[in-house]
Amino acid sequence: MIATARHSGESRDRMPPARCLRDAVPAFAAMTMWVLVSCLALPAAAQDSLPPAPYAYQQLEDPALEARAQALMETLRCLKCQSQSIADSDAPMAGDMRHQVRTRIAAGEDPEAIRAWLIERYGDYVSYKPTVSATTWPLFAVPAVLVLLALLILRRRLRRAR
Amino acid sequence: MSWLRWALLAAVFAGLGLFAWQLSREKDEFVHSTMIGKPIPPFDLPAAVADRPGLSSRDLADGRPKLLNVFASWCVPCAAEAPNLARLEASGAEIVAVAIRDRPEDVAAFLERYGNPFTRIGKDDISAVQLSIGSSGVPETFVIDGKGVIRHQHIGDIRDGDVPVLLEKLREAGA
Repeated sequence: MIATARHSGESRDRMPPARCLRDAVPAFAAMTMWVLVSCLALPAAAQDSLPPAPYAYQQLEDPALEARAQALMETLRCLKCQSQSIADSDAPMAGDMRHQVRTRIAAGEDPEAIRAWLIERYGDYVSYKPTVSATTWPLFAVPAVLVLLALLILRRRLRRAR
Repeated sequence: MSWLRWALLAAVFAGLGLFAWQLSREKDEFVHSTMIGKPIPPFDLPAAVADRPGLSSRDLADGRPKLLNVFASWCVPCAAEAPNLARLEASGAEIVAVAIRDRPEDVAAFLERYGNPFTRIGKDDISAVQLSIGSSGVPETFVIDGKGVIRHQHIGDIRDGDVPVLLEKLREAGA
């Protein structure tokens, strides 16, 4: 994708000047495409060049420990990409977080302690597991209230229909 | 039946009101550290460049308040904030730094080009210190008091208007 962007970027200079509208439209389309693609390519340039942390993509040797680490990683939110867990994200920072999780699990730390350690630093944001708290209770209460309301209306209507 | 209708109508308008209120609020996509007011966790980072020593948590508890800049040579806004870091240094702020996922030669080239306001630079290749202080990206700047307690977090590049704010926060931390 990025390689294509560079190629079309080079070919832009070689494009002859458009002489009429019919020529201008594809030229404009190509330039728009080039601008769009180079915009997409820009964030990729703002990445580090270091290899991922040792345990970012490397699983733990012990399958039981790896399973615990994997279960925990699925409940931790990526700080860079708001709707992904660190298990799903390829962001370098998510890789560094997976390294933290795996090395701590391998050192015998309890998954809940690791969760608590991260929540102490980032608040509830970092949790990808829904929990009922002072701010999240309406999310659980509203559907229950709506179901109750629907039942109430249904009962009234059925009673009237009879 | 009529009270239920009114209640539903009220609920719909309450919902619309909620949407209007939330939509008119400024969006905050930053993930803020919840470590403000807590001591910086123990760490000891090697030097990121040859001409500055590394950084440890003990260096941050030496009695003098400091700015801790979390940066990287591959980070574009980090270059943008360089003039304001220089202004902070010129105003007497002591600034130490942690370089995130960076190669020594890249850090050296970055400092050569944009200036080096840092007295110490630690090398954090796996974002370990960054994660331990609740930082979620680069650049970020923390105000640390003389006892090593985190007093303030500035997220993103330091703009012109942020310089007096950070100096004030340093003063509050005892500078």
